Amino acid sequence: MLSFLTQRLLQVIPTLVVVSMLIFGLQQLLPGDPALIMAGEERDPAVLEEIRQQYRLNEPIPIQYFYWIKGVLSGNLGESMRLKASVGSLVAEKLPVTLQLAAMAIVVAVGIGIPAGIVSAVKKDTAWDYGANIFALWGISTPNFWLGILLIFLFSVTLAWLPASGYVRLGEDWRASLATTIMPAFVLGNAIAAILMRHTRSAMLQAMGADYVRTARAKGLYERRVVLKHALRNAMTPVITLGALEFGTLLSGAVLTEQIFTIPGFGKLIVDAVFNRDYAVVQGVVLVTATTYIALNLLADVAYVLVNPRLRG
Amino acid sequence: MRKTFKRIALSLTLAALTSGGALAQGHLRIGLAEDPDVLDPTLARTYVGRIVFSSICDKLFDIDEKLNIVPQLALGHEVSADGKQVTIKLRPGVKFHDGEAFNAEAAKYSLDRHLTMKGSFRRPEIGSVHAVEIVDPMTIRLVLKEPFSPLLAQLTDRAGMMVSPKAAEAAGDKFGLKPVCAGPFKFVERVQQDRIIVEKFADYWNKDQVFVDKITYLPIVDGTVRLANLRSGGLDLIERVLATDIKTVRDNPRLRLSKAVQLGYLGLTINLANGAKANTPLAKDARVRRALELAIDREALNQVVFNGEFVPGNQWINPTNPYYQQAFPIPKRDVAKAKALMKEAGVSGPLTLDFMVPNGPETRAVAEVVQSMAAEAGFDLKIRVTEFATSLKQAEDGDFQVFLIGWSGRSDPDGNSFVFQTCGAPQNNAKYCDKEVDAAHALARAKSDPAERKKAYETVARKFLAEGSIIYLYHTQVLVAHSDKVEGYRQMPDGLVRVVGVKLK
Repeated sequence: MLSFLTQRLLQVIPTLVVVSMLIFGLQQLLPGDPALIMAGEERDPAVLEEIRQQYRLNEPIPIQYFYWIKGVLSGNLGESMRLKASVGSLVAEKLPVTLQLAAMAIVVAVGIGIPAGIVSAVKKDTAWDYGANIFALWGISTPNFWLGILLIFLFSVTLAWLPASGYVRLGEDWRASLATTIMPAFVLGNAIAAILMRHTRSAMLQAMGADYVRTARAKGLYERRVVLKHALRNAMTPVITLGALEFGTLLSGAVLTEQIFTIPGFGKLIVDAVFNRDYAVVQGVVLVTATTYIALNLLADVAYVLVNPRLRG
Repeated sequence: MRKTFKRIALSLTLAALTSGGALAQGHLRIGLAEDPDVLDPTLARTYVGRIVFSSICDKLFDIDEKLNIVPQLALGHEVSADGKQVTIKLRPGVKFHDGEAFNAEAAKYSLDRHLTMKGSFRRPEIGSVHAVEIVDPMTIRLVLKEPFSPLLAQLTDRAGMMVSPKAAEAAGDKFGLKPVCAGPFKFVERVQQDRIIVEKFADYWNKDQVFVDKITYLPIVDGTVRLANLRSGGLDLIERVLATDIKTVRDNPRLRLSKAVQLGYLGLTINLANGAKANTPLAKDARVRRALELAIDREALNQVVFNGEFVPGNQWINPTNPYYQQAFPIPKRDVAKAKALMKEAGVSGPLTLDFMVPNGPETRAVAEVVQSMAAEAGFDLKIRVTEFATSLKQAEDGDFQVFLIGWSGRSDPDGNSFVFQTCGAPQNNAKYCDKEVDAAHALARAKSDPAERKKAYETVARKFLAEGSIIYLYHTQVLVAHSDKVEGYRQMPDGLVRVVGVKLK
């Protein structure tokens, strides 16, 4: 187990180096001039030149990269041109929000997707199965922004049960915090639930047809025990991978959903940063999410090994 | 299980109710269309930022509904006979949010900061100021390099905002993270992209007119969601209502719509001499540009895209502005004349042009209407929808033939024209250049008598509207919607949300 972990950890380092170069390099391909967009309507050539110098926009790209990576290695992600705030503080401000939303979305997704997948596999070709499949199709094919706006009209404008948008921190008032995040979490979770359901269903169908399941049944075990203990445990490996990947995607910010519900998370931060060509923020946020994504993949690998000891090789 | 669900549902409903109930009397919640940039009057540059500034940072002067300049932190001003000195008397008894007194020294500090700070966007606006002198503890004198009549109008905006010298000195370029000014509200907290909270300043000089205890600004980018928040009671006032949502607001008995014709305009900028793309009959022959203008029916455009809510226009200021040149009214659509002009200019067959349009539902719709109208007169406008930041750069580089672009507007006509119409000016992406127009602009800047200035602008209008690089199309309306609980709200043409005098029922 230890050698497995060390090996995987060593692979992470070159990945991160390549990722950092990609983040920096690809963003330079964005058309537009950061100084120009920052100046907005106040386009005085002398002021533009000052901005370019202040943020080293006139330097060659490798030099700019060098300064950035030097800062990153000493724990400084840079400063937002638009807000004059440090990128580190922005990330620290948004990360808990995105984490909360992602965690709630995953709870919704797992809570709906996995049971639906199990039921649909166990009751294959029945009304339950068709119902679950229709739900999955709806979940995958419903655009987030549309569902979001529908929910706002139903629960906020018509019924006045939930605030239409905005965000309250968990520590400030947990009930208000749940009230502001439940709709976006549902919107995000709904789409993932559908994917999880499809995967759980197919993995379960495969497991249910396996020899060990027949053996378990032959031993006279209760069906419930056969399904939940024997089949489900084996079927979970691909579902865990998928869950981890989906969680990683959620961490990089649910752009549209955050925009609709005005949740101040990574998604909103990065969209504003891209449109304003606020390079330091884009780089900082992408680096943090890429690192988190890689870490989650690593955790998923570890989780397989725990679920399925045969992989410990 | 069912009980648990019930409990969750109940507590969420309660939470929703309490979050509504917690909004004590006097808490105004304003929905903004964007997240403001840095809240430092010297470094700020966005329109939306100015909305927040209007509650926290008072200025030397302000404008009224008719665009008259009225004193705010100043008591009055005098311009010397040669126009090169402006003496400003300051209002006594004004305090900054940190308790520091506002006086001539503080005013000089603020203006010097605008003039000298690295990256200051105010420097070009008040660049005509050579020095700020202290006459006595409550009087300053601005010594100008040359007479510059738009100066006072500049002091009604961010360049006229006064900051606490002590706080600004301590915070340096981080002042915008916690601004300390002399406005009716003081800054409390900002969570980027989420909210900005300000609360009533107890020592405000005009505190008897402030009836709101606290304001929360919430940036909500999506116009539909912003309106949904207003309808559900989550917000009290929203800015930039979509023209297509006006009916929804009017039909709702609990909502009110406040509007004013905006100071800016939207128009077609034509590349006259910026790079290879300027090599078209449209750039070379003013008759072709007039043909394009005559092909467009501005009123029909307004009806089709904006349900007739906006104001058609043909000059850089709207038809109600005192500087509007009545001698040059909006030309009527005349396709036959347009075709004749094209023929005269020797253009046969459709004239294909690259038409750059910044992305947005309204701009796209305008572009399509213009395209179809122009087609009848022999123009083949190829719409190229471009992301906004990219379009700015391409405009600068001359990578366009026609560009649909607007300007948010300034209270002085100079602010809407000089930087677009004079030779080599920073926003003159079309590279229009005419010595006579330049001279007229210089004259309008030098004269302070409105009648003389208007005369100078007549020369500009005569030349620029006939052969210039911009076909002005329309002026938008500032559209602000608020609940019927908000009383005493008055909309100014600059679009800012002024909170002094506003009451909450």
